[in-house]
Amino acid sequence: MLFLSIALMYACSKNEDEVTPEEKKITFSVPANFPAPVYSFEDNKLSNAGFALGKKLFYEARLSADKSVSCGSCHQQFAAFTQLDHKVSHGVNNCQGKRNTPPLFNLAWQKAFFWDGGVKNIETSPLNAITDACEMGTDIQTIVAFLKNTPPYPDLFKQAFGSTEINSQLILKSIAQFTAVLVSDNSKYDKVMRKESGISFTSAELAGYNLFKEKCTSCHTEPFFTDFSYRSNGLDLVSADEGRSHITGVASDLGKFRVPTLRNIEYTSPYMHDGRFYSLDEVLEHYNLGVKASVNLDVQLKNGIPLNTTEKEQIKAFLKTLTDNEFIKNTLYSES
Amino acid sequence: MKLSQYFLALLCPIILLSSCKKNTDEVAADTQSTFSIEFENQVNGSPLVLNTKTYKNAKGEDFKINVFKYYVSNIKLSKADGTTYLIPESYFLIDASKAESTNITLKDVPTGDYTKIEYTIGVDYARNFAGAQTGALDPINGMFWTWNSGYIFVKLEGTSPQSTATGNTLTFHIGGVIDPNNTIRTFTTEINAANPLRVRTDGKPNMHFKVNAAALFTGKTDVSFATLNMTMGGANSVIVANNYANGLFRLDHIHN
Repeated sequence: MLFLSIALMYACSKNEDEVTPEEKKITFSVPANFPAPVYSFEDNKLSNAGFALGKKLFYEARLSADKSVSCGSCHQQFAAFTQLDHKVSHGVNNCQGKRNTPPLFNLAWQKAFFWDGGVKNIETSPLNAITDACEMGTDIQTIVAFLKNTPPYPDLFKQAFGSTEINSQLILKSIAQFTAVLVSDNSKYDKVMRKESGISFTSAELAGYNLFKEKCTSCHTEPFFTDFSYRSNGLDLVSADEGRSHITGVASDLGKFRVPTLRNIEYTSPYMHDGRFYSLDEVLEHYNLGVKASVNLDVQLKNGIPLNTTEKEQIKAFLKTLTDNEFIKNTLYSES
Repeated sequence: MKLSQYFLALLCPIILLSSCKKNTDEVAADTQSTFSIEFENQVNGSPLVLNTKTYKNAKGEDFKINVFKYYVSNIKLSKADGTTYLIPESYFLIDASKAESTNITLKDVPTGDYTKIEYTIGVDYARNFAGAQTGALDPINGMFWTWNSGYIFVKLEGTSPQSTATGNTLTFHIGGVIDPNNTIRTFTTEINAANPLRVRTDGKPNMHFKVNAAALFTGKTDVSFATLNMTMGGANSVIVANNYANGLFRLDHIHN
């Protein structure tokens, strides 16, 4: 017993030594203006080695069928981890998917993933993109075999999980150590809300925030700027994409999609599930005059959201306070 | 070796002494042992032969089976006195193409006489939404839906001349845990009290179940492959699950 505790102490001190002084300890902390997360790393102990492995896998294009597409191909950091200028995701063999790539941040607070909420756990989310013929076009079995035979992966798994054993569970857990750590909480909006060092909204931003609270927050609820519900915002009379009903099989969910977050909206163009709008002006004009009487249209949008030119400018000014440049430029998340 | 012989020598009289006082059926509550379950895959009483053999469904339609896989989980044993034991982490994937998967071993089970067994056909609600799993629940096994996350509980693929699908295929992927399309079903069977499952430190019984793949297509609703030949969750999967809930498994005998 004494020997064991000495061995344990030795192991602990040794682990600490492995983190070089200049290397930042990877942590996950809940921002003061956020509620408790859904994903807590309880069954997936966060470590620098686990995060580093997850990040390497995230940027590893050799995992895809034609070795051309990594997670990071469609989830680009400079676009808050969505794909800039792509209406829909662009996968292997130049295949065009059917939906716009969602941005990746604050995923630890999300209960369901993808536009239709079909995936219910952050850890199993990558499997969808891995197996989709129009995304990475492969399967987890092939990826396990590739990683087992490709240095330095066995060593990296050993550093992260204590064994050179590679299986789908460890692959997915390490990727979650990267994706769940992606927290965007340092926008101007956040700093104003947290009353940090005298930061305040300009008059246009404040006017926009007040308009936003009056006209938008019932769906784009703070602090995530989504209530995570599935709604139709009247893009088409008949939606070409069945959306949420593909998952639930319920007719009243036809054409409904998860309300997207508006954080970092300045950088996540194009917009909507099919990326049909390239600018925020187009989006706001849709709500002003473009809402169509879709069969499952959200009742709150029955009359659209009338906005005059000044109001649109003010709302846009506010939306740009949701940009988190510290997140977008954080080299910790960049391909190294 | 010698030491253990001394132990045995010491132990024998104790066992003998105690067995004089107690009913012979009783065993100490804190001992554990092992038993096994064999799943003999059949179609209407004939052995299941993948790919080549032709069977008939309840509507008299011919079909062949290429893939037959199913989950058995959360195995729970009951004694005559009503006490139960849920075998922790009991998740098994039975695959007709892998002989070794059709005989499962349950370890560390408290010894005793069990008169009832029940288990989930499929995977419980929580694990459908849990994080990345391993073992029988590893998505590598091809029983996990990636786009609508959750497990396929029972998978039967094959062909039938009556199927209107391309290539006359049959695709029955049964799963889904959300009402009204919840397909989790629990199978329960009483064990003949005269020959209960006797888990003993010196006996490792084997339960023998017969599994009728054709039960997917009859029971509550006779399925015609002309009208139902493909389901991957949803209302049609519920029809199939309601069919197999009681007809898929039958306890044939126990070797104690």
